[in-house]
Order: sequence, then C-alpha cells, then structure tokens
Amino acid sequence: MEQAPSDPERQLQPASLEPLGLPDAGLEAAAGEDVQGAREEGSGVDAMTENHFWLKKIEISVSEAEKRTGRNAMNMQETYTAYLIETRSVEHADGQSALTDSLWRRYSEFELLRNYLLVYYPHIVVPPLPEKRAEFVWHKLSADNMDPDFVERRRIGLENFLLRVASHPVLCRDRIFHLFLTQEGNWKETVNETGFQLKADSRLKALNATFRVKNPDKRFTELKHYSDELQSVISHLLRVRARVADRLYGVYKVHGNYGRVFSEWSAIEKEMGDGLQSAGHHMDVYASSIDDILEDEEHYADQLKEYLFYAEALRAVCRKHELMQYDLEMAAQDLASKKQQCEELATGTVRTFSLKGMTTKLFGQETPEQREARIKVLEEQINEGEQQLKSRNLEGREFVKNAWADIERFKEQKNRDLKEALISYAVMQISMCKKGIQVWTNAKECFSKM
Amino acid sequence: MEGEPRASQARSSDLPAGGAGAESPGGCSPQPGSGGSCALLQADVLNLDEDEDDLEVFSKDASLMDMNSLSPMMPTSPLSMINQIKFEDETDLKDLFITVDEPESHVTTIETFITYRIITKTSRGEFESSEFEVRRRYQDFLWLKGKLEEAHPTLIIPPLPEKFIVKGMVERFNDDFIETRRKALHKFLNRIADHPTLTFNEDFKVFLTAQAWELSSHKKQGPGLLSRMGQTVRAVASSMRGVKNRPEEFMEMNNFIEIFSQKINLIDKISQRIYKEEREYFEEMKEYGPIHILWSASEEDLVDTLKGVASCIDRCCKATGKRMSGLSEALLPVVHEYVLYSEMLMGVMKRRDQIQAELDSKVEALTYKMADTDSLTGAICKLEDRVECANNALKADWERWKQDMQNDIKSAFTDMAEENIRYYEQCLATWESFLTSQTDLHLEEDSEDKL
Repeated sequence: MEQAPSDPERQLQPASLEPLGLPDAGLEAAAGEDVQGAREEGSGVDAMTENHFWLKKIEISVSEAEKRTGRNAMNMQETYTAYLIETRSVEHADGQSALTDSLWRRYSEFELLRNYLLVYYPHIVVPPLPEKRAEFVWHKLSADNMDPDFVERRRIGLENFLLRVASHPVLCRDRIFHLFLTQEGNWKETVNETGFQLKADSRLKALNATFRVKNPDKRFTELKHYSDELQSVISHLLRVRARVADRLYGVYKVHGNYGRVFSEWSAIEKEMGDGLQSAGHHMDVYASSIDDILEDEEHYADQLKEYLFYAEALRAVCRKHELMQYDLEMAAQDLASKKQQCEELATGTVRTFSLKGMTTKLFGQETPEQREARIKVLEEQINEGEQQLKSRNLEGREFVKNAWADIERFKEQKNRDLKEALISYAVMQISMCKKGIQVWTNAKECFSKM
Repeated sequence: MEGEPRASQARSSDLPAGGAGAESPGGCSPQPGSGGSCALLQADVLNLDEDEDDLEVFSKDASLMDMNSLSPMMPTSPLSMINQIKFEDETDLKDLFITVDEPESHVTTIETFITYRIITKTSRGEFESSEFEVRRRYQDFLWLKGKLEEAHPTLIIPPLPEKFIVKGMVERFNDDFIETRRKALHKFLNRIADHPTLTFNEDFKVFLTAQAWELSSHKKQGPGLLSRMGQTVRAVASSMRGVKNRPEEFMEMNNFIEIFSQKINLIDKISQRIYKEEREYFEEMKEYGPIHILWSASEEDLVDTLKGVASCIDRCCKATGKRMSGLSEALLPVVHEYVLYSEMLMGVMKRRDQIQAELDSKVEALTYKMADTDSLTGAICKLEDRVECANNALKADWERWKQDMQNDIKSAFTDMAEENIRYYEQCLATWESFLTSQTDLHLEEDSEDKL
C-alpha cells in the first residue's frame, strides 16, 4: 500500500515551532539540577550539566493528590485521583521561584500525553509512566489503586515522568507538553486535534514488519534482545525482593509479641521484672522499625520499575526501525519488480510470470500502442518509486541516526540511575543494620540487668 | 554443659553438717543430719522391704528424711568424707561429670528404638569406679524420673524432653529430633547431678552405672504394684477433697507458677515462630543475590556494582543462617525446658497439696471423733512432720529453682541479643565496604545526606 507522497516525518512535526521568545518562553527548557533535584529530594546528581545547554528555567512538581468523583464518558459516576501540577519559573540570578502555573490532571491525561509523544517522536526513548495498577506487591502493601501509599508513590512517579520529559533535549520543546503544564481545560481536545491517533502505526503492521524484515540494523536487533533481558531480569528481581520483604516483615513483627508477654511476665517477677519490662519495650521498637525500612525500599523498587518500563520504550523504538526498514525493503522490492516488468515489456521477453502475460497469451497480443501506454505508466511509476525510495532511505538513515543518539543518551542515563539506585539500596541496608545494632544492644543491656 | 558451675553455691548451704542451713529441714524430731538418729527413725516408722539397703530406703521414703538423703552424712569411706568437706569449702567443685552422646538405632523384631551412650566420670567414693559407660534408652530415663518423683515428691525434678512431638509429622528417628532429644537428656542428667539432694539418689547412681541386665533387675525391685496403686488411690481421693488450708506462701507460689506457665508457653511459641520466619527469610535470600549476577551479564557498565550487591546479599544470607542456628542452640532449648519445668512445677504443687490433704483429713477425723483418738493423734503427729518436711523441701528447692531460672533465662536472652548484634554488625561491615568501594567523592556526599 503506497504512502502519501509527502515526507511522512515532516507531516508529524508538531505545530507552532517558535517557543523561544514567545510568552510561553518561560517554558524554554528545564533540565538540570533543580528539576532532577526535585526528583531526588533536594540533593541532585547533576548529570545533565555537562550535556545540557538549556537555561535553568522551570521547576515542575506534582505536589498533591486528591480523590475526586465525576462522570465518565458513559455518564456513570466514577472515583478517580487528580494530581496537582505546579510549575515554577526560576529566576536565574537569585534562584527564587515564582509559581507560574498550577492545574489538576488525572492519570488518563498523562497516558494521553505519553501516547502522543510516542507517535510524534518515534525515534526517542519516551520516558515511561508509573504503573497503572500495583504490581509486585508483597502482602502488606495493598494492591488497591486508592490506597494512600500507592497514590503517594504514583504521585512521585508522575512527577518523575514530567521531569524526565522536561529534561529531555528534544521532548522538552514540544508544544503539547507545554500545554499539558499550562492549559487545564481543552487540553484533551487540543491533543486529539493533532490527529495523532490516526498517525499511529497499527500494531498489526508493526508485528508483520518485525517478522518479515530482512535487513534491520544489527544494533537494533541487539537492543531488542537487551531490552528483553532487562525486562526479564528486573521483573524477576522485583518479585524476589517482594518475597524477601514479606519474610523480613514477618521476622520483625513476631518479635513484637515478646514485648507484650515480657510486660505481663514482669508483673510476677521481683528481680527480673524491670529488665523484662524494658527489654520488652525494645522489642516493640524493633518490631515497628520495619515499617519505615520497607517503605524506603519501596522507593528503591520504584526506581527499578521505571527501568522495567523503559524496556518497553526501547522496544518501541526498535519496532519503529523495523517498520521503516520493512517499508523500505518492500518499496525497493516493488520498484525492482516494476523495473523488470518494464524491461520485459520493452524487450518483449517474458521472464517473470505476470497476469498480463498470461492473459496476453490467452487472449492474444496487445497492440503496440497499448504496450507503449503501459510502458509509459510503468516508467512514471518507476520514477516516483525511485524518488520515494530515495527519500525513504534518507528518512530511515535519519531515523537511525537520531534514534541511536537518543539511545546513547538513554544508556548513560540508565547507567547513572541504576548505579545510584543500587548504592542507595546499600545505604538503606546500612541504616537498617545500624538501627538493629542499636535496638539489640539496648535489649541486651536490659537482659543482662535482669 | 559439663563442668559448668551450676548454682552450686546453694549446695554448701544445703549441708546440715554445718548446722541448720537455709534448706535443712527443721522440725524433724531427730537432730538434722545426724546419720545415726535417722537410722533410728527408720526402724520405728517404716515398713521396709527386707532386701533394701540404707540408701535405697532413704530415696524411697524421703518424705521423712528428705534432706538427710544427702549421703555425705553417711560416709562409707574416708574419700567421701573428704568430698563432703570439699563441698563446704569450694562451691564450684563438681565431682560428677556426665555426658550423653552417640545415639544408636537398635532394631528388634518387635520394635526399633534409640539408645544413648552415657559416660560418667566421678571421684566420689560410693561409686565403685571412677568411670562408667552405659547405654540407655528413653524408657530408662522415664523410669529414673518416676523414681525420683516418688522419692522426692516435693522436690523440683528436672524435666525430660517430650515423648513425641505432637505438632507436625516429625518421625521419631529424624536426625534433628534425635539431636534435640540428646541435648535435652544430657541437660536432664546434669541437672540431677547438680541438685544437692537428687545427686545422691541411689536410683540415679544405678542408672548411671549399671549394666543393662543389672538395671532391669533393679527396676523390678520397687514398691509392688499394689502399693503403687494404693498411692494413686490416696492421691486421687485427696485431690478430690481439695486443698483447704494451703499456706499463704504456697498460694503465692501457685499463683506464680500459673502465670509463669502461661508466659513461658507463649514465649516458647513466639521463639519457635521467630525461628520459622528467619528460616523462610533465609530461603528467599538465597535466591536474591544470584539474580544480580545474572543481571550483570547484560550490563557492561554496571558489572562491578551488581556483583558487589550480589556478594553483599550472599554474605548477609550466610549471617542469617548463623543467627538462626545460634537461636536454635541458645534460646529455643532453654525456653522449651522451662515450659516442661512449668508443667513439672504444677505436679509438685499437687503432690504437696496431697500430702497436706492427708494430714487435714486425719485432723478432721479427730475433730469429729471418727476413730480411735490415740492412734489418730499418733498418725497426725507423723503426718505433721511429713507435711513440714515436704513444705520445707519445696521451699528450699523453689528458691534454688527460681535462681536457676533467672540465670538461665537471662543468659538465654542475652545470648539471643548477642546473636542479633553480631548478625547486624556483620551485615553492616559488608555493606559499608561495598559502599566505600563504589562511591567517589560526589556520591559519598549524597549517601551521607540520605543517612
């Protein structure tokens, strides 16, 4: 099926491309310390400074979450959570920030934004959203979307998403993204007006291409394998981590029972009583310390989850490449066959089977005029086809170049982030051990005084 | 467990030789501790089986002569006198060392059972030699316990490990079960050896020294079936009458025992549960580390970090294993032994109450002139002595037991705390060394903020 003759990539350019210098220029670009800082609670790894060349202009935060009820598309009442997005512009000189925008969004609007970005920036590894439903929960955590802890972690995840988009050198300039942050009402309509849903590649086409493409760039094939491995190993790790957390919770909580029994026992003991009682208190402290410990670990799990979902974003880029490559191969094949047909018509030899050839044989030769006409049509088609092939080739190469640049950027980000996450995990363990030593040393003292 | 000075400071005060110690039974009409007069009393009161020697008599009817069954008062050799003097001077001296080991399975056509080897080393004169090795099975231990209870109804006899484990399908011949039982049997014998009275019990000596056939024939000599039945009938009858005049201090004791029993049972359950949870945590941790190694295979730039995390997790996993086994060696057996002790204590209280009930019933009979006044008065006098001896025996042993319990519980829980401290210290060291290897200056600042 032939595509429209105009450059498809140009067609997908977002509208209104002069953000610089316009009133919206407050959103010139974010990135850098503050933005990432908000994600990492104030102490930032400034990974972007050497790469980024945008001015520190805005801070984005998802500061609140609120339960709302409303009517959905089918006019049925529903409950959902809305998130408050606040944007601040940071004055470069003194670092003070002023609130420029503040609006409420729900999760489905974030999804809409992301789907739009996926369609318009297929060569970019688009940051993932936090999970829609709680997965990899260990028993204490609820899998309920309305649970306040889940909502809180999702709030952080959504903020992280916005910060990632805002710190991306390409995505941060997108108009729809800017409007997401600034235009509460009507934003959905604006997005839909871009018609991006129609421009999305059909899943079926993509699947077909994946199977039939003959010559994809090897790097993308490797990347696909990598993303599969990444997804599988992180899922496995998260599952086991959840089970370990469960067990650890059990160990700590059972100790809490000592507290109560020691206290009751101390009532009948003259000499041991005090020691028992105070030891029991420490057992209670021990038992309750696990709640904070595991909450911290949950944030670590969320950091890993982000990269679990990033694996899918990587695969999306690979799929796009395969699709483009497949279309290219198909176009080339089509061109080659037309050229051959032309040649055969011209020289009168029939080397390839064609319906026309058969019917000619059956129903008699065509006239020279007819043949001329056909050759003419074919020649035109061949011309068009050659041009198309050339531009597709160009597109393909552009895509590979741009995609690969973003993938390199992504790789460095991933290495930094994962290393930091693993180190923060070690820090958490250290803190847990120190607390444990403290509590048990106190308990030991009580026991030895009995 | 061997050679451990076990509250033996209590022992020196036991000895009546130095005059009335805290635990010597006052109130018995002969002077406390003089061997000769004890023999006198025996002749008066007891209905003896002809073929029993003095020591046996003592242990059989100790309701009269409880503290005097401390046979130092009946020296059979200069050596044993020397031992006795030593007792008074050196509180830590043990002269009876017992080990229980080498469980062995025996198969006969009728049954299969386990025997344990018991090695006794002693310098006591009344033992024919200084070293003995015998094999005993659980039944034999039961027999010994029964004899001790019979001879000393109001002393706190150490508990035996249970016959079976009710919870779960634990085979009798499962290795863990056998090992746990072996340790408990070892403890049992050593506690008897450390007990100021029980250590000189004749059945105990026979148990430690007699060959198999000797033991069997010794077992057959005992109060006949009829007299045993008689005792049981009396016991049931008196328990039905109830205890009306239990003295105040025994009310307190009873109250303590009830509550202690509740609490120690709970602590036993909690401790077992902790062990179970730690075991499951250990199992999950085993899987956790290797995933990071797997991951490192696809991440060139993160290999060091991932492998580092994996090795830390593995080391912490091992440390958990150690913590678990520390718990199962230090805490669980001690707590469980005291669960059994608490049952034992309730039995002791009952027996004391029975003895008193017998007295009470005779007093009642006298009050209502239900039988011949003279014989009643005589019987009452003897029973009064009996009750007083029993009560004093119990009181003294109770104090000793409580002291032991305090020490044992204290050291068991202190050990548990120590195990946990050690565990966390190990893990801390592991993670800290990982952290220093990973961080450059920049990230170190970060982690300090987070701490």
